[in-house]
Amino acid sequence: MNWTAFIVFLILFLFVTVLGFWAARWRRGDLTELSEWSLAGRQFGTFITWFLIGGDLYTAYTFIAVPALVFGAGAVGFFAVPYTILVFPIIFLVMPRFWAVAKAHNYMTPADFVRGRFDSRGLALAVAVTGILATMPYIALQLVGIQVVLEAMGLVGSVGILHDLPLILAFAILAAYTYTSGLRAPATVAVVKDTLIYITVIVAMIVIPIKLGGFGHIFQAANVALLHGPKPASILLSPKGYLAFATLAVGSAFALLLYPHAVTGVFASKGQNAIKRNAAFLPLYSIMLALIAIFGYMALAAHVHTKVTSLVVPLLFLKMFPSWFVGFAFAAIAIGALVPAAIMSIAASNLFTRNIYREYFVPKATTKDEARVAKVVSLVVKLGALLFIVALPLQFAINLQLLGGIWILQTLPSVMIGLYTRWFHRTALLLGWAVGMVVGTLMAVAEAFKSSVYPLQIGHLILPGYAAVWAVLANLIVTVVLTAVFRASHWDAGTDHTAYQDYDEYETSVVS
Amino acid sequence: MNNKESNAKKGYRWFFLIPFIAMLGVPFYASGTPVLGGFPFFYWYMILWVVLTGVLSLILYSLGA
Repeated sequence: MNWTAFIVFLILFLFVTVLGFWAARWRRGDLTELSEWSLAGRQFGTFITWFLIGGDLYTAYTFIAVPALVFGAGAVGFFAVPYTILVFPIIFLVMPRFWAVAKAHNYMTPADFVRGRFDSRGLALAVAVTGILATMPYIALQLVGIQVVLEAMGLVGSVGILHDLPLILAFAILAAYTYTSGLRAPATVAVVKDTLIYITVIVAMIVIPIKLGGFGHIFQAANVALLHGPKPASILLSPKGYLAFATLAVGSAFALLLYPHAVTGVFASKGQNAIKRNAAFLPLYSIMLALIAIFGYMALAAHVHTKVTSLVVPLLFLKMFPSWFVGFAFAAIAIGALVPAAIMSIAASNLFTRNIYREYFVPKATTKDEARVAKVVSLVVKLGALLFIVALPLQFAINLQLLGGIWILQTLPSVMIGLYTRWFHRTALLLGWAVGMVVGTLMAVAEAFKSSVYPLQIGHLILPGYAAVWAVLANLIVTVVLTAVFRASHWDAGTDHTAYQDYDEYETSVVS
Repeated sequence: MNNKESNAKKGYRWFFLIPFIAMLGVPFYASGTPVLGGFPFFYWYMILWVVLTGVLSLILYSLGA
């Protein structure tokens, strides 16, 4: 048991707990209203939006999983960098439009928009269920971030219920302040979380290269270690990996902005300029992410040996830092899990409340009823995530997370392309979605969940690429062809409840 | 701002194709040399584009795109 590290960790953790509960009073609003609880009244400026979207972008799981992938597979793990680079243009171009139509119609979820745009309950349900399914394992994996640092501090290890007690406690605290404070809690905690993470990464980037003999040596040593690893890899991509690298980057970039929690972060901002300015400042996160990915190489160069790759970063820190700073860095990771887990559970419970509960069970629900239901559902969602991690093998959550990325991209035609055109027929969209879901799932199963890269065979040509991208192409082909057929046969396409000018960028002289 | 002017400004948005080309043209940057500060080309090129994309966003924002 590493007491020094643990005490520092505990102090920081208690601090954010107090902050999370205090957040209910911050920019006070009527938290019994859904838009106040789940979107904090759509009033966040550039600064807080930056932390919120940044919190979505790199989570504790990213902190753990990206270096773990780099540690095991080398260069391909760095697709995370072009992925986040491509996120910014998409935010700049697409999200102000999405924000405007959501504001005009008080939409709170992507499925709300689809319901209004395409006049289809079935399609909205498909989008909502996809969002919930994709988000659940993501929340579960945030817990892994907490668990690995607790384990690395020697806090778990005893058997039985005690084994998971610290994790359960941490999550109970998170659940409690999300329940009382709503989105205000992760928004305030995010500021602390990122301060801790930025300090950790900057210190690591100075201290570790000095100890390991510079970046040149780190890359060389990592390359040697990768070549002699169980699955030989390299710090440079082989030409066979180019397409996989590119499709992983572009597919993940679009997928990220379709995740309900990313949409929540965008909708909570107060204007289009706040969103656009974010596209310019979010790259700071990407630089951090690139540096975090390099932790994987540092661990190789530092001769960290572990079969559990999720322990790579904690073990590296234990080897390189004094105890008190280990506690600081571990707190950064654990708090880094709380923020996205809170936003994700709010987004998932919004989807349930707005698009399942109200749509199918209690159509007359008031916004206060919705807020009540959403709060309870956010607890259920977190409990589900906890059970995932405590009761099922970890691999199960990892597989589902991989599937989640593939699934969420299948909402691209209805949600993102739907922002620009209503040419698609609602039934064609639904069938295209179904085809994409099935194709993507089968591809992941065919690869036995070991990789999200599927070698697509066309004639003699074999194209290894991100399964989500292949699936969404199938989805789009089906949607386009069937739309043409349905339109030709004059099948009712429903009424568009949004108007052309709802999407306009009407930013007046709002200065934030 | 009249409509024509606003449409012209939206035209600047095509510049956002540049980071896509720069990032998706993997064969052009998947090499190890030239090395900069110990970083193989593949790595510093990507980090450089993080910065360039941020700067591009700022410029397009200030142009009113």
